[in-house]
Amino acid sequence: MSSSTEWPLWEVFVRSRRGLSHTHAGSLHAPDAEMALRNARDLYTRRNEGVSIWVVPSAEITASSPDEKDSFFEPAADKPYRHPTFYDIPEGVKHL
Amino acid sequence: MTPAAVPPAPVTPASPETGTASPADGAPALHAAALALGDDALVLSHRLGEWAGHAPVLEEEVALANIALDLLGQARVLLSLVDDEDELAYLREERAFRNLQLVEQPNGDFAQTIARQLYFSVYQNLLYGQLADTESPLAPLAAKAGKEVAYHQDHAEQWTIRLGDGTAESHERMERGLDALWRFTGEMFQPVPGLDLDWQALREQWTARVTEVLEKATLGVPEGPQSGAWAAGAGREGLHTESFGRMLAEMQHLHRSHPGASW
Repeated sequence: MSSSTEWPLWEVFVRSRRGLSHTHAGSLHAPDAEMALRNARDLYTRRNEGVSIWVVPSAEITASSPDEKDSFFEPAADKPYRHPTFYDIPEGVKHL
Repeated sequence: MTPAAVPPAPVTPASPETGTASPADGAPALHAAALALGDDALVLSHRLGEWAGHAPVLEEEVALANIALDLLGQARVLLSLVDDEDELAYLREERAFRNLQLVEQPNGDFAQTIARQLYFSVYQNLLYGQLADTESPLAPLAAKAGKEVAYHQDHAEQWTIRLGDGTAESHERMERGLDALWRFTGEMFQPVPGLDLDWQALREQWTARVTEVLEKATLGVPEGPQSGAWAAGAGREGLHTESFGRMLAEMQHLHRSHPGASW
């Protein structure tokens, strides 16, 4: 069989509970999507961490470049009015 | 295996040679059943554990170890019903083990391990499925372990399909693994004392499922007998194949060298 270096890399996203969003858990190698799901189940949910898994081919992810960090993110730093800090959060609302 | 040299085994399924008395609740048939299923799980668990550090890829190593640990958990529950689990696992002689000869077969290459997983997990899933619907005291365990075993079966089927319908080499290796282990599959359908199951239905459903998976994998169902005169009920009666002794030696030597040690 092929060595792991010939298998594509997959990014794994796990939803830990209903109502929460999927969170990046890590990555793994697998020959195809179905096996990637199963490997993800074994690697990232074996201690009861999840109720749902997504796997995405790493090659399909377009990431922002560290070189663009300043133009992408710096301008947001001095705009406090964009934060919902002027609202009272109702009691009982979690994960906001 | 040297069948001619093997004297007939005493047919006393529930007599682990541990020197300690079984709990006096008088359930020899239940003990025989728990011992048979527990030994299947224990021995296969150890075989799968042998892949640690040797699996073809890291992801698969974790998958095999997970399956091994599921089986070990089942073995602990089942053997504890019979007697002290450590004594049963570490201090019994080869002839006192009641596991199928199939599960003690060496790992071989990855394809042969997958062939063993396919044959056994389809069987175990069907068996636990039936057992869960009975009045047996083992029914709750069967219901719980059924979910684990369903995943083991899925894992084996996925790999069988990929290896069979993969490259020329993977196809050939998968075929070789399936052929090599076929002769041990007949023993699975010998009724086990204490398990009130429909063994004929079990055999039919097993054959149907395995045939379906192998067809999907572009593989043929192996030809030839599923057991031989030498093997009828052998593992369940304490008769084992050559490599089992070496496996037991490795599994038991630490406990036997340092009795009662703990960490």
